[in-house]
Amino acid sequence: MRVPVDWLGEYVTLPEGVTGEQIAADLVAVGLEEEGLHTSGVGGPLVVGRVLEMTPEEQKNGKTINWCQVDVGDANGSGEPQGIVCGAHNFAVGDLVAVILPGGSLPTPQGPLTISARKTYGHVSAGMICSVRELGIGEDHDGILVLPRLLPAEVVARLAPGDDLIGVLGLDRETVEVNVTPDRGYCFSIRGIAREYSHATGAAYTDPASLPVDRGEGEGYAVRLADEAPLEGIPGCDRYLARVVRGIDLTRTTPEWMARRLTEAGMRPIGLAVDVTNYVMLALGQPLHAFDLATLGGPVVVRRARPGERLTTLDDVDRALDPEDLLITDGGERVLALAGVMGGEDGEVTPGVTTDVLIESAHFDARSVGRTSRRHRLSSEAAKRFERGVDPDVTAAAAQLAVDLLVEHGGGSADPAVTDADQRPERPVVDLDLTLASRYVGVNYDLQRVLEILRLIGCEVQGEAADRVVTVRPPSWRPDLTDAPGLVEEVARIDGYDKIPSVVPRAVGGRGLTHGQRARRAVATALAGQGLQEVLTYPFVGAERFDELGLEDDDPHRDAVRLANPLSDEAPLLRTALLQTLPEALRRNVSRGSRDVALFEIDSVTLPAGEALAPVPGVGEQPDDEVLAQIRSAVPAQPWHVAVMAAGQADRSGWWGRGRPVDVVDVVGWAHAVADALGVEVRREQSERASFHPGRCVDLTLADGTLVGWAGELHPTVVQRLGLPARTSAAELDLDVLVAASDHRTQASPLSTHPLATSDVALEVPRGVRFSAIEESLRAGAGELLESLELFDVYAGDQVAQDRHSLAFRMHFRAPDRTLTTQEVNEARDAAVRRAAQDHGAVQR
Amino acid sequence: MPAGTDEGGSPREGGGSASSGPALTQESVEADVAQALEAIARAGDLDGLKEARLAHAGDRSPLAQANRAIGGLPGPEKAAAGKLVGQARGRVNQALGRRQQELEAERDERILVEEAMDLTVAPGRRPLGRRHVLTVTAERMADAMVGMGWEIAEGPQVEAEWFNFDALNFDKDHPARQMQDTFFVEPAKAGLVLRTHTSPVQARSLLERGVPLYVAVPGKTFRTDELDATHTPVFHQLEGLAIDEGLTMAHLKGTLDRLAEAMFGAGIVSRLRPAYFPFTEPSAEMDFRCFVCRGEPTAPPCRTCGGTGWIEWGGCGMVHHNVLRACGVDPERYQGFAFGMGVERTAMFRHGIADMRELIEGDVRFNAQFGMEI
Repeated sequence: MRVPVDWLGEYVTLPEGVTGEQIAADLVAVGLEEEGLHTSGVGGPLVVGRVLEMTPEEQKNGKTINWCQVDVGDANGSGEPQGIVCGAHNFAVGDLVAVILPGGSLPTPQGPLTISARKTYGHVSAGMICSVRELGIGEDHDGILVLPRLLPAEVVARLAPGDDLIGVLGLDRETVEVNVTPDRGYCFSIRGIAREYSHATGAAYTDPASLPVDRGEGEGYAVRLADEAPLEGIPGCDRYLARVVRGIDLTRTTPEWMARRLTEAGMRPIGLAVDVTNYVMLALGQPLHAFDLATLGGPVVVRRARPGERLTTLDDVDRALDPEDLLITDGGERVLALAGVMGGEDGEVTPGVTTDVLIESAHFDARSVGRTSRRHRLSSEAAKRFERGVDPDVTAAAAQLAVDLLVEHGGGSADPAVTDADQRPERPVVDLDLTLASRYVGVNYDLQRVLEILRLIGCEVQGEAADRVVTVRPPSWRPDLTDAPGLVEEVARIDGYDKIPSVVPRAVGGRGLTHGQRARRAVATALAGQGLQEVLTYPFVGAERFDELGLEDDDPHRDAVRLANPLSDEAPLLRTALLQTLPEALRRNVSRGSRDVALFEIDSVTLPAGEALAPVPGVGEQPDDEVLAQIRSAVPAQPWHVAVMAAGQADRSGWWGRGRPVDVVDVVGWAHAVADALGVEVRREQSERASFHPGRCVDLTLADGTLVGWAGELHPTVVQRLGLPARTSAAELDLDVLVAASDHRTQASPLSTHPLATSDVALEVPRGVRFSAIEESLRAGAGELLESLELFDVYAGDQVAQDRHSLAFRMHFRAPDRTLTTQEVNEARDAAVRRAAQDHGAVQR
Repeated sequence: MPAGTDEGGSPREGGGSASSGPALTQESVEADVAQALEAIARAGDLDGLKEARLAHAGDRSPLAQANRAIGGLPGPEKAAAGKLVGQARGRVNQALGRRQQELEAERDERILVEEAMDLTVAPGRRPLGRRHVLTVTAERMADAMVGMGWEIAEGPQVEAEWFNFDALNFDKDHPARQMQDTFFVEPAKAGLVLRTHTSPVQARSLLERGVPLYVAVPGKTFRTDELDATHTPVFHQLEGLAIDEGLTMAHLKGTLDRLAEAMFGAGIVSRLRPAYFPFTEPSAEMDFRCFVCRGEPTAPPCRTCGGTGWIEWGGCGMVHHNVLRACGVDPERYQGFAFGMGVERTAMFRHGIADMRELIEGDVRFNAQFGMEI
């Protein structure tokens, strides 16, 4: 809401010389946040000048300029005439003009332009003779502002060369823009803002709605409120006041002061009738509508739309109406307007044609207007106000003000009759325990002070401080005040939030982080410690990404939750795996020159929602257990995942030697690091997964077989389709599975301090047998004395058969209670080899 | 290298005719010793010393020959000659041993000098990775809450509309609900949205855990804003909710003051301004004191806060009765407060990040500016 300061000052006493900045600061204290401060942008010295001489000089470029001597009084410090070059010709010697002197500034689209004396066309031009456009007070392109053509004669008569023009031209005017929260419809008016300013500062407030209102005599224009389908039991219109003004000339121009206020408030002056209704709306917050009386045939009937009805609104859109839309109709048939939202072409006033006008000042239900406005994606100044609540008691005053202004500026006369179809319900009251304010806010409010504030904001209060509990009827302009905490907020707000002390509460204490949260931190720290960089990518993907990743048509990862209103139609789905969105981050890094890049991300992914719908039972009441269960179960599963993706060098080259490219073993190692960080033992099973190199992918599982995730090198085609560096490798694990498996207290085993015995074996095995299978056999055969074993060499070549290779294992043995003899070690090793031979046909070399 | 061992020669070798050797006199032995000592002293390295040993203590050295010559001497002279030669060989061996030690020490020292490496060049064979500044910031905020005795909760990103709005007193017709710029899940009747704030976890926590309750909720949230320098459709919040007997706005202010101090330094306080949110009443916007100018006027105006002395942080207030009712809490007995602030905003101010996009793009150079604890 834009608030011209001088307009505000009409309804509330502003301190002498108050700045827009100060007003904005005062309004912040009562909850109206500053959005901006608008000024003319013209900075002085801007003074009256009288043209003493003007010499036309033709230039080489064919242009003629005027070399002028201008009397600017003492404003230039010397009293001598000021020499100024001017390109315009619409003025003459003797004219009074506006001169901006060096040091002054003018607004331009590029920002403020500071005026200085400069050499041009062979003269030193010390300032500028200004046009209305340069001063930002009009669109006139014709040239120089000659003061008598703009200002009233009596003003010009008082002007002398050198007089300051900033104030005279209204260039010192300021407009404060504030953000109005959606509960404060009444602050979409100068009336409301003025009242709030008064609350903030104590300045005297004069309600612009307290004007003499004609009670009316005789029968007015017929109006029927005929809402047969109220929304949520609330009639769409509970008050419709109609006034008629006849014989007005709508071709007359809107008075300059009104046009300027409208402009400053952000609305474009259009024509007298519309300008007056807009002006009243801005002043009092009551949207009005003006109909051409001659086009109306029957009574005004307010009703819901019928199936199949249509209306072309003033924005030239033909709209199919919904039975919930509330309409203004002519005689119940012809549709004139979407009530409180926008009028139609029928009934519109036309300057030069319309002479008699019917003014509608009505109160429409916020919910009904809001739904219609959203349904038709039709926002208007009227809808914005009705949706947030318009004062139902300002209706008559607003109509009166509009009638008065139309008669004053358009001629004509008002009908004595006033139609007021008034079905306003009684405003509800709130019982308030006056001590609640202190108990809620933590400030020790005097009960008298609480009462005083409630009355200050316009509440009617039944009862006194001694009663402790009083009955409060909030003012008509505050439909948002419906309960005791709402009233408490008013007390805190008016008394000042800055009075609230700071007290740290004593929390009951508890577990702090959950195990899952701690686990995710551990995983992230472990991966970063391994050299990986954490990134956070957007979760939006398109089906094309699934193709790029080489997912089969029936791959469950394709089954993704879809957004109804995605930011981009290219990416309407929510990722089902983190690997779907990591490629962009990797590519971006490579394209920016970071070639050796290992990324990880930890986030939840979204599995498909089931068929179940989540009920939306509404506000203020706890749904029963069954409904709550339905709501919960309709929310799709969103397990936490961790994914890594890496390319480039794992060990960088440098002065210390050559580097080593990152490969699939690194990625499998990182996947293991994740499990290790959580103390969870995982197993590896060679696998084939979409997106991965068919021979370079491994599944990780828990001991019980539960799948944790997979790691591998991306398939060369996937790498190529995604534009990733060759041999990009990746892994994705379900952290929820790991976290659940890690949620136990690990029990320590005692360490043996007896010496370690080591024995190597080389086994020839068929190539198809997985290392892990042989390892498992060796472990099983070796028994409890085996502490650890590792595969340290793989040999294939002349020394072994074509379909076999030789695996060299180093086995470490230790007993908890004694030093092992050579014989014991050899027996254990031989048992291990026997088992491997038996299970896999391994032959010791 | 075995130091000071004699070259073990065969007894046959050169042991034939002792009588053919030089006379075995004190003078001749002294001369041999002097020659030996000189050669030892002259040996500049271990190889030189080896040669000196061969020449002067080896099987064919004069002293070895003298030793063998003792056997050819008449009986009575043997003892004196033996003593003479024995002492002489002892002196030579001692000198050899000393020199050996000296030269080894010299060699060891030289090797260390030769092996010296210039380590002033940055290492980087395996640079350390980093956490993302947003997750670390959210953790720091959560830890500050834990420090006040709060618990940390979380909830789903794809959320039921009821939890995101209705449970929080956003009536389906209220303009505030429309102002949330919500991503809706298809089909519309699914009743699911991408949560527009972390506040639905308020309702989830109250329903699941009951009161008294002090929970903070870090998490990812979504609004249909295009990414630019100050907006992102995917962002993070930290939510706080405290419901207990006797909690007031003063407790809200105290909690925010603590958190502001934890994030921005000692003496940084919060400020409340009246505002409106459907799920709180009274409601407030919260600011924190600009940690750069601390509210002192500067010329030119402080760039961090724009000269206002305060930086906007988020929204807060006393939890609306309708929220408590929707979660089965008796508002006549329990009351409390809630707040929610942007993690991006907190990180941007804490670390002077001017462009939101740097938080989003995942450029590893951005991460590299920070440590693992920031």
